[in-house]
Amino acid sequence: MKREPPRRLADYAPLLFPAAMLTGFFVVPFGIMVAVSFFRRHQGGFYTPDFVLANYERFLTPFFANVLGFSLLLSAMAAAACVLLGLPFTYLLTRLPRRPQILWLVALLSILSLSEVIIGFAWSTIFSRTAGITNLLVALGLMREPMALLPGFGALLTAMIYQALPYTILVLYPAFARLDPTLVEAARTLGASPIRAFLNVVVPALRNTIFATLIMAFVFALGCYLLPQMLGRPQHWTLSVLITDQAIYQSNMPFAAAMAVFLVLVSLGLIGLTLLVGAKEEGR
Amino acid sequence: MAGLVLDHISKRFLNVVAVDDVSLTVPNGTFVCLLGPSGCGKTTLLRMIAGLEAPTAGRILIDGADITELPTHKRNFGMVFQSLALFPHLCVGDNIAYPLRIRGRPKSEQQARAAELLELVRLPGFAARPVSQLSGGQRQRVAIARALALSPQLFLLDEPLSALDAKLREAMQVELRQLQQKLGITTIVVTHDQREAMTMADLVVVMGEGRIRQVAPPIEIYRKPADAFVADFIGSTNLLPVEADPAGRVFAAGAPVAGLAMPGGLGKAVMSIRPEDVHLTRTDGAAHVGRVTFVRDLGGTVETFIDVGGTPIVAVTTPRERLALSAGDTVGIVLPAECCVVLAS
Amino acid sequence: MTGRLLRTAYFTLVALFLAGPLIVVAGVSLNERKTLLFPPQGLSLAWYGDLFTDPGWRGALLASLAIAALSAGLAVAMALPLAWFMWRRSAPWTRIFVVLGAAPFMLPPVITALGFLSFWATLGFYGQAWTAVISHAIFFVTLPLVTLSLGFAAIDRSLVEAAATMGADSRTIFRTIVLPMIRPYMLSGYAFAFVLSLNEYIVAYMTVGFTTETLPIKIFNALRYGYTPTMAAVAVLFVALAALIFGLVARFGDLPRLLGAWASEER
Repeated sequence: MKREPPRRLADYAPLLFPAAMLTGFFVVPFGIMVAVSFFRRHQGGFYTPDFVLANYERFLTPFFANVLGFSLLLSAMAAAACVLLGLPFTYLLTRLPRRPQILWLVALLSILSLSEVIIGFAWSTIFSRTAGITNLLVALGLMREPMALLPGFGALLTAMIYQALPYTILVLYPAFARLDPTLVEAARTLGASPIRAFLNVVVPALRNTIFATLIMAFVFALGCYLLPQMLGRPQHWTLSVLITDQAIYQSNMPFAAAMAVFLVLVSLGLIGLTLLVGAKEEGR
Repeated sequence: MAGLVLDHISKRFLNVVAVDDVSLTVPNGTFVCLLGPSGCGKTTLLRMIAGLEAPTAGRILIDGADITELPTHKRNFGMVFQSLALFPHLCVGDNIAYPLRIRGRPKSEQQARAAELLELVRLPGFAARPVSQLSGGQRQRVAIARALALSPQLFLLDEPLSALDAKLREAMQVELRQLQQKLGITTIVVTHDQREAMTMADLVVVMGEGRIRQVAPPIEIYRKPADAFVADFIGSTNLLPVEADPAGRVFAAGAPVAGLAMPGGLGKAVMSIRPEDVHLTRTDGAAHVGRVTFVRDLGGTVETFIDVGGTPIVAVTTPRERLALSAGDTVGIVLPAECCVVLAS
Repeated sequence: MTGRLLRTAYFTLVALFLAGPLIVVAGVSLNERKTLLFPPQGLSLAWYGDLFTDPGWRGALLASLAIAALSAGLAVAMALPLAWFMWRRSAPWTRIFVVLGAAPFMLPPVITALGFLSFWATLGFYGQAWTAVISHAIFFVTLPLVTLSLGFAAIDRSLVEAAATMGADSRTIFRTIVLPMIRPYMLSGYAFAFVLSLNEYIVAYMTVGFTTETLPIKIFNALRYGYTPTMAAVAVLFVALAALIFGLVARFGDLPRLLGAWASEER
């Protein structure tokens, strides 16, 4: 059977349900959100259809600039850490025999699917004074008495790395799994040590994949919305938190929508960049 | 007209002409091989017969009825695919019974028919096996049995033996031919292997560049190739330019070939002579004399490569009649006229 | 030799980092009294019992399970015809729907959540439980779409042709060949969507957060009144459930292939 172009209208029938669902429940909501971002907001959480740029003008305040700057910095740090940790790990993982490899994959998937609430709760427990890691250090005689390690930037960044690491590894996984193992073997026969072979052969061969993964991890980290509230201080709030806060607690839908539109543009721009790199890769 | 008739069939893909105005008649009960190099359009032609491709032009008739527009699933032709296409989620018996099952035949009939066909392809008792546990040759037999399950009007096979190793392939060729003769079923096999075609076919259809080059029984294809393409594709051959002088003598490789005449008063042409028809003699008195460039002794046969005034000629002999030749020797050559075929170019 | 040692050390470190918080949480969940102590003081499974006896926790558990089960089903129902069409037909412009299916998953979740919030609010259905089902189905449709596309790509097209030569029309082919071969991929797509829906917070919160409590919402709300070992019990339960389901997917399917490696036979 070959893939044939649809000839009759009836050939399009299978598309009907998914297309209607995706249009009705994704494109339309998205459109409404964009529209709301131009609406006028009144006191008391109401808003009326209009076309004002007031919601976007608020981006020019130092407060917003701070939040944006911090969000980008935090996400960039988390993404960089995840890629640095994930690269050698994924490489080693794909070299494991099938069974332990699958075991790791199951573990990674399980953690990846964990709710941000649960991750936040787990890290706030491990960083707490009563049940935390400092108790272990006290027991080992490295600390005098247990202390709380949160709220703080370190706790927040650690939890974000925890959340994004399985994602990063699973994004890297296909490229590493498909990498021709003879590449490394060839480098080894030419006298490269395993670490040299990894750095000189594997990393350059997957340069574009690594770059794309960095951006994917960055976008993923940008989406983090609960951890800053649970583990950080108010100055550690990110754009995602701010959007949630404006929409739910400040009842300022138009401003939240405007920020969401901005976040979409940033994310789409970055994803587009990775697609561009991917296309260049295919074209070679 | 009883049998399959292809009436000026053509198939174009975008700008490529895959099959170019093919007409062919296959009488009922014959075994036909579509033979040609890859890309010659033979598989496309078979797929059009099966209804898996629609011809761009032309008609397909079976026993006088036009089936050009009939969808595949209404044609009742059995087909064996190059990949064999055994359903991995079904066991051997269920694979074979599939055409009966989708027609709602009772379970008992399905089982009986599967058992009968497994007997036919000499795999009795294999019904419950999963497909993944079969060897290459067994998978082959199951695919054949499945295609025959409904006693189809036409039995189509697309490079059916290409996945098998050389020895098993030759054995299966004989087996397939015997099976076809036993059932008397009209069979069309696509192959690029001329030995396979010679082994099995009543009728060989040689195709090249989308066109039919020659339709004839195997031995005739070999002995009387219609053109240089066929002569070159079927077995190995010497293709020599020939030229007639005003006296009517025909010259090849710089010397006349005794007793050979140009058909239809042609001036220049190409002739084909099979290596095993080239006789090697001593140099004195021979019309053609050449220098041996290489001798390949394969045990069963000896191939001698000779340079005759710049024209290469290959001779094949058995070791028994072998002259003690080695590279650099000179040797006389006889080209018997009855073995030379002057080709229309 | 040092290479192997380094590798083992690295794997151990990553394993500790990934498992550490979960081990502590598991320990905390066993505390006898309502404290978050680690190592736990006294051993008790009472907090797990709480999950099923306390009406609040039980309600949240049931709501989460219902939303996850239904939305995963809806996601598969959307993905199956779409993936089938993309496999069967070549109509380049229809790829837009695949992109639409992937978009909610690629973008930061808060965007999709806010889109749903404004949508359901505009329509006047804000807060109705079924809106969370549809929202999650859209949000997670990528997962069955990916697994099913992989599944279809794995079907040798000559199988379909073979069935046709044996007299099967397209409907019969779909029922007897395509569906049985695609079923494992449907199940794994369903499993992925189910587990992720179970854990999802922000979309559920912005659609039904004020009327229905799912488990993640319940935990987050409960956090404001202090930490309890019940939360730890929920966390452990969720990790165990995810591991069980993905373990089953791995047991009955080809997990490396599902995650993008080539077919395992090639190794």
